[in-house]
Amino acid sequence: MLTKRIIPCLDVKEGRVVKGIQFVGLRDAGDPVELARVYDKEGADELVFLDISASHEGRETMVDVVRQVAAELAIPFTVGGGINKLEDMKRVLRAGADKVSMNTAAVLRPELIREGADYFGTQCMVVAIDAKWEEETGSWRVYTHGGRTATEWDAVEWALKAQEMGAGEILLTSMDADGSKDGFDISLTKAIGNAVTIPVIASGGAGSSDDFLDVFNDASADAALAASIFHYKETSLTHVKEYLKQNGVAIR
Amino acid sequence: MIGIIDYGMGNLYSVSKALERLGYDYFVSEEEEELSKATGLLLPGVGSFRDAMAILNETGLKAFIDKEVARGKPLLGICLGMQLLFEESNENGFAEGFSFLPGKVKKFPGQDSSGTSYKVPHMGWNKLDIKKPDSFLMNDVGNEHVYFVHSYYVDTEDRDVLIASADYAEEVPAVVGKGNVFGTQFHPEKSSHAGLAILRNYAQYVERNDA
Repeated sequence: MLTKRIIPCLDVKEGRVVKGIQFVGLRDAGDPVELARVYDKEGADELVFLDISASHEGRETMVDVVRQVAAELAIPFTVGGGINKLEDMKRVLRAGADKVSMNTAAVLRPELIREGADYFGTQCMVVAIDAKWEEETGSWRVYTHGGRTATEWDAVEWALKAQEMGAGEILLTSMDADGSKDGFDISLTKAIGNAVTIPVIASGGAGSSDDFLDVFNDASADAALAASIFHYKETSLTHVKEYLKQNGVAIR
Repeated sequence: MIGIIDYGMGNLYSVSKALERLGYDYFVSEEEEELSKATGLLLPGVGSFRDAMAILNETGLKAFIDKEVARGKPLLGICLGMQLLFEESNENGFAEGFSFLPGKVKKFPGQDSSGTSYKVPHMGWNKLDIKKPDSFLMNDVGNEHVYFVHSYYVDTEDRDVLIASADYAEEVPAVVGKGNVFGTQFHPEKSSHAGLAILRNYAQYVERNDA
């Protein structure tokens, strides 16, 4: 049986991990490669690196980071941020990333997903969706530009469109739950998961091991992504995975 | 020394680095003359079956690999590289494979025999069910999880080629082999301990074969 995946996410800016990371015994808590190694050791099933560099040099540095991670780790990883054209995908995938994640660029030009899928296969194409509940319409709206811009898209419609264009996976972030530590957005995750036939990674809101259990049991997410809960050592990957196993979830 | 066949379909960096970390010599090449010096071959592959076979045919690498395998040289196919070892596929239209191993490549139907739908691609960590624990490839490999990512799988009636499988609605051939031809459906270089053990086992087999 396929196991549920737990995926730590690292924000990388100009080649350095940003947001405080509280691990004991690290030589350099800002080094993405060293952190990737720690998460690998703790049982991460996959990693996501989000490049939030603002400069061209920062993006180039990211390619070096990708190359180093690919050389040292034997688990899959995804790179997102700054993927706007086929050339951007080529750079990070050739450097050893397994998947690319795109968000705003895919909404602006959905053909980008198709171009990437035709060239590299759908399995490399992750479409990240930032969604927020809208009371008036009783549905979730898709936002781009880091959650700053509302789009015309309904989240379920957009997920279906992304799948049709060749997305191999959806990385779904609930803007309502993000940062709350009150748990993943079960209804959103369920709505998207029921609509598409590709895997869905739930993101936003993880605060405890129970939250992971809920998103797997109640929303049938295929994977769950979290950042601060792991970075700040509020719990550990090992602990979360052990807890899920005890509660009957298929975990590696 | 392992020769990694570079035909433009696939990520050679991670698998090269994995061999390097394990301490085995390798080189990457698209030249027959150079590849003929390798004592074992590795055929990677990401993308579609038909495109891959078209390139291998056009470049003459198909005929070269046929010849080398017939001479007894070990060959390991990874992911799409494993599927190419079988008879045929209908991914993006019909195409013939190498036919080293009996079986056809099919798309996951997305619905099991009871009508329940499941996700395609088969993506994530799935447990190996070892059929041939005595195979050298399974040395130091338990019923561990390995990382799969594929929408097509091999359907074979020849139980003899199945070294390990995984369960995903269908019985998915995960490690296959016969004679000097082997393959893994998953990416060993992305499959943590079990994956690296399989790569090491293959590299050791190539070395022994060389001696």
